[in-house]
Amino acid sequence: MKITVNGEARTTQAETLDGLCHELGLAEMKIATARNGAFVPAKQRARVSLQEGDTVEILSPRQGG
Amino acid sequence: MSTRLAANGKDGSDRLSVYGELLASRLLLGTALYPSPDIMRRAVEAASPAVLTVSLRRESSRDAEAGQRFWELVRGLGVRLLPNTAGCHTPREAITTAQMGRELFGTDWVKLEVIANDDTLQPDVLGLVEAAEALSRDGFKVFPYCTEDLSVAARLLSAGCQVLMPWASPIGTARGLMNPYALRSLRAYFPETPLIIDAGIGAPSHATQAMELGFDAVLLNTAVAKADDPIAMAAAFSQAIEAGRLGYRAGLMPPRDMASPSTPLAGLAFRYESHAS
Repeated sequence: MKITVNGEARTTQAETLDGLCHELGLAEMKIATARNGAFVPAKQRARVSLQEGDTVEILSPRQGG
Repeated sequence: MSTRLAANGKDGSDRLSVYGELLASRLLLGTALYPSPDIMRRAVEAASPAVLTVSLRRESSRDAEAGQRFWELVRGLGVRLLPNTAGCHTPREAITTAQMGRELFGTDWVKLEVIANDDTLQPDVLGLVEAAEALSRDGFKVFPYCTEDLSVAARLLSAGCQVLMPWASPIGTARGLMNPYALRSLRAYFPETPLIIDAGIGAPSHATQAMELGFDAVLLNTAVAKADDPIAMAAAFSQAIEAGRLGYRAGLMPPRDMASPSTPLAGLAFRYESHAS
């Protein structure tokens, strides 16, 4: 299915947000996720199904002021 | 003077208490824009900040390790972290980013930014109040980046904020306290609320001025990170903030229009009665 991950169009085989994180090699990284603008806690990623056209944000720690 | 001296440290230590926690110093330092991670680390060591501000950004496929490296560095510094919502333009963006930051950094403290304008980075004060209400209800301890507007400040406190972070001038401009009159009013209007000057500080003297006005702490980033020598500048700000705080507690004399000699006139030589006539 086609989704948008961090602003870039992407085709994924993953059925859940957790599956997507594994597909991207990020599952073991220090990340936080949101689907369609709503925060998804790490422990809920496996229960959140992806739908065609979803927008996903995967964020990690960065420098900030 | 005694009330100032007893303002925060019941044990006489003059430490600032925010959300029930005593801060280790009155400097909050940003982690961005340093020439290198090592210089950032050494600047932090030189400044001894109570808090380090951090952010969240998209995990990049081009450098998938950037976030992880930064996390390891900042975690090793052992300083309390304050995630921000920098760059958010709507309450919804800010709320979601705050929730992601809470999980990522393991703290319910959040520096709440809702930006109205990309040129001035001025806070959207209506969106700020809306986001502060929602986040406070959700258990966050909100540090709102705000203007010096008294009515907005009152609304933020009603929303659940126990600290306010008014700007000195727009982020990154290094212009110092653009409106000291309004900041003085804010200080006088909310004498019991911790007030942290956030943004626009360019020189150690700016930080000293803020502290002399009675502000409780200063948050800055660019002035240290973009100095020729960030490590030395970090130390300079640390000392400037301490000096300003001590000066405030000691009680500044009010300015006056006419000169007044400091050396006693009594006993001055070469003065005779005839000179007075």
